Amino acid sequence: MSQAPDQTTTYISTGVHPTRRLGAKYTVRLWSVRNARLLEWVYNTFADALLKLHWLWNWIGYHRVERPVVVIEKWAKSFLFDCRMCGQCALSETGMSCPMNCPKQLRNGPCGGVRANGNCEVEPDMPCVWVQAWQGNQRMQNVSKILSVQPPVDQSLKGTSSWLRETAKRAAENSEQSHG
Amino acid sequence: MAEFDENLMDPSQPLSQLPGHSSRGRLERILRRGDFAVTAELNPPDTADPHEVYDRGAVFDGWVDAMNATDGSGANCHMSSVGICALLTRVGYAPVLQISCRDRNRIAIQGDVLGAAAMGVNNVLCLTGDGVQAGDQPGAKPVFDLDCMSLLQTIRTLRDEGQFLSGRKITAPPQLFLGAAINPFAPPHDFRALRLKKKIEAGAQFVQSQYCYDVPMLKEYMDQVTDMGLHENCFILIGVGPLASARAARWMRSNVPGVHIPDYIIGRLEGGKDQKQEGKQICIDIIREVREIAGVSGIHVMAYRQEELVADIVRESGVIANRKPWRREPNIGDIAVIKAAQKKAEIWAEAQE
Repeated sequence: MSQAPDQTTTYISTGVHPTRRLGAKYTVRLWSVRNARLLEWVYNTFADALLKLHWLWNWIGYHRVERPVVVIEKWAKSFLFDCRMCGQCALSETGMSCPMNCPKQLRNGPCGGVRANGNCEVEPDMPCVWVQAWQGNQRMQNVSKILSVQPPVDQSLKGTSSWLRETAKRAAENSEQSHG
Repeated sequence: MAEFDENLMDPSQPLSQLPGHSSRGRLERILRRGDFAVTAELNPPDTADPHEVYDRGAVFDGWVDAMNATDGSGANCHMSSVGICALLTRVGYAPVLQISCRDRNRIAIQGDVLGAAAMGVNNVLCLTGDGVQAGDQPGAKPVFDLDCMSLLQTIRTLRDEGQFLSGRKITAPPQLFLGAAINPFAPPHDFRALRLKKKIEAGAQFVQSQYCYDVPMLKEYMDQVTDMGLHENCFILIGVGPLASARAARWMRSNVPGVHIPDYIIGRLEGGKDQKQEGKQICIDIIREVREIAGVSGIHVMAYRQEELVADIVRESGVIANRKPWRREPNIGDIAVIKAAQKKAEIWAEAQE
């Protein structure tokens, strides 16, 4: 340790696969999957509350609320799910295991490379995001959501609030129903 | 039945598209007719010489219904799958174009699909692709803009709705038989059959599996598949291949993602007098077992660096019986292209006078 690191070669910390994400801790993320049922209930309650406040968001203007909401959303979901702020949250469809943590960012189920111990093909120390998703899904109330085919990620929505988008969408659906 | 595979008006002409078929390819015809299909994987060369591709295709001549052109398999760089398919269709072979999501985004992929279909490609296999770390250039940017499921949906949109993902119209949609991959040998095992169901919903018409060395595990999977009736909506081809030696098998098991080889297979290889011969015999035995499983429509032979064995394996396993698979099928576009080019040149020449 007393020796200065060799500056001529790229620094790779010992025992770490070069493609492994450094400093990634899976503990909280795995806890979230184990408690998928609870988090599903929390989210549904929270989403209903956001919807009830639709008039408020509308009055202030969705574009003005966006920035503060993004800060909170990013903080909360990064802590619980290692969220990547893709802006089109699929946690309810993926057993509370964020699919953007998959090195291939698969949104529709595990690839064929899952190791026999249920770990990732790319990052051998990380439990496969989709093996986790399947376990989390079975703990949830709505177990069929994982079977619906997800559309490709819209990269232009990256970094925007998925909560507000979902709220606005549901509000629009509600008003359509009451008018139509 | 052989007459169905020939254009009765002129044998040198391409096949017409049958009602209810989504391509005019021979692979789709054979599967829909209920024959046991055989496909093989062509090892892509590291060259710009077209003759290496022709040589590698010639090994399968007359023994397979279609050849898969891999798209940077194992994240290693080789000649592109579109390039290989273009060459293969030029001489009249029937290729399966493999598309992986690792290297190209949705704009590039949709363009490639149109280009490939224009070259006479009838079959496409939609894959997610191995991660970049598996290959010789782990520093590359992994794209994964689409995944295999959304790739299937995308190409189905091109074909059935005649438009790009953006909604922009395509004048002549590509006529393609859509395939996907399955791996019944990787966890979570209870999700695997449901995942196939999802792929069928997204547009898969046939699937090719990862290497099968564990027949009991495959049977469990196929039981789930037949219980759900998935084999009625999708043709299932099981991947097989000869193992060169016990050492190669051990290497594959620990280095190739998603390959599952049980210990008793490695034991049998070690016990054989000639390991290569034993590997070939294991492959033939597995094919014979696999063809008896309900819901299996064919096999996909992946004989990496042992391509010369494929003909023997297919013959000795007796899966195609007396059927003579594959006959040269000229590209439907070629004659039209030459005529159109001539005509345009004439018009241009006249206008200049």
